[in-house]
Amino acid sequence: MIQALGHSTIETVRALGRTGWFLLYSLYMIVRRPGSLVHVLKQVRFIGTKSLFVIVLTAAFTGMVLGLQGYYSLSKFGSEGMLGTAVALSLIRELGPVLAALMVTGRAGSAITAEIGIMRITEQIDALETMALDPFKYLVTPKFIAAMISLPLLCAIFDVIGIYGGWLVGVKLLGVNPGAYFYEMENSVVWRDVYSGILKSFSFGIIIAWIGCYKGYYAGHGAEGVSKATTESVVLTSVIILVWDYFLTSVLL
Amino acid sequence: MITLRNIHKSFGTQKVLDGLDLDIPAGQITAIIGPSGEGKSVLLKHLIGLLQPDSGAVEVDGESIRNLRRSELNRIREKFGMLFQNVALFDSMTVFENVAFPLQEKTTFSKSEIRSKVASALEDVGLKNIDGKFPDELSGGMKKRVGLARAVVLNPKIILFDEPTTGLDPIIKRAIHQLIKDTHAKFGFTAVIVSHEIPEIFDVAQNVAMLFRGKILQHGTPDEIIHSTDPAIRQFISGSLDGPIQMV
Repeated sequence: MIQALGHSTIETVRALGRTGWFLLYSLYMIVRRPGSLVHVLKQVRFIGTKSLFVIVLTAAFTGMVLGLQGYYSLSKFGSEGMLGTAVALSLIRELGPVLAALMVTGRAGSAITAEIGIMRITEQIDALETMALDPFKYLVTPKFIAAMISLPLLCAIFDVIGIYGGWLVGVKLLGVNPGAYFYEMENSVVWRDVYSGILKSFSFGIIIAWIGCYKGYYAGHGAEGVSKATTESVVLTSVIILVWDYFLTSVLL
Repeated sequence: MITLRNIHKSFGTQKVLDGLDLDIPAGQITAIIGPSGEGKSVLLKHLIGLLQPDSGAVEVDGESIRNLRRSELNRIREKFGMLFQNVALFDSMTVFENVAFPLQEKTTFSKSEIRSKVASALEDVGLKNIDGKFPDELSGGMKKRVGLARAVVLNPKIILFDEPTTGLDPIIKRAIHQLIKDTHAKFGFTAVIVSHEIPEIFDVAQNVAMLFRGKILQHGTPDEIIHSTDPAIRQFISGSLDGPIQMV
């Protein structure tokens, strides 16, 4: 039993070290050999552009439900005019970056793991290595750069659509004063709020690319190995995003 | 010349290579034969540094490839081409892009030079008018030939073939073997072929090494292997169920 415990501890520490090394090497490669612009743009299209629909949809409904819940809570204090502020701050500081990142994790993070995992089990990564080429330059670095570019942009779109979702429900359905909705928002939201949201989504982009690529790169054998890696990738990325969000929020407050 | 000395390799508790010694002569075709699951592909991956031995030495042209930095290992890997068991063509690229990829990444040839080299490599393996097709649109034999074209396009000194004819019909098998002999005659590279194709491989290779229980049981000319008195080699060549090789 002690031997098994020791073995699993060593394996865990080794896996953690490998995960950390993977991140550091990826960041080093971004500086050293960022890959071709074409590869990066392809990935921006895949991670960013193709996530637009799901981002717009979830942003609209998140904003709408915030409008409903916010109106319900604020009307108890007679402060319905603050609805715009409540919706905007919730979205810009917290929900925009986190929900956009979780949506991209489900849509693109899983696909990144599956793509690299299939390349691993079909020896395509080995083929790159036998050609004396660094697989990171072709498979990992472009995805990191694309995620770092795409996530802040998707977050900004999420925020804007969400705010208009809240406006639709609050102003058009529940009768909040339209001037108050935007005026209070302009008064309350400061540059620091926007900046912290964008910084968060930038770091979430790194997390999505990091775990997505890592899990695919070290996927196990066969279809089952790739399927397990994909599931682990989505779960682990989501958990790390939420944990990291807490620590980042406590620093940025 | 590739030299392996006292190579040990285990995966977990499973010992795969157990003190293996082998000399692969330059400019010749060497076949590695042996029962399935004995570690032939593992041995092949040691030659190019895709796997590192637990202990022992692997030398390519007198240079050790153990524990090298990536840049140094890549310098040695530039001598190699490899045809994988499952071909390992890049499935998001067309046939043209697959064969052109090493040229684009490793040379300074112009686009037109690359186009003509790819056309010539594909013609050498008997393929025409499939440049725009994707790997999943090709038959097994065609994939193997595209893989071979990609492996030879940079004119490497050493080419590794991991079961190049597995899963192919007898005619395509013969065609692939002939293709290996022809391209070898044309380019004069060192070839290492992992194969189960008995007796066809004896017509292709100039040297044959039999891998069994983690060691090279015998290494010699095809004639020496065919007339070997070793019971495991005799059983493997005859395909008999009785003998030291047990089905797992």
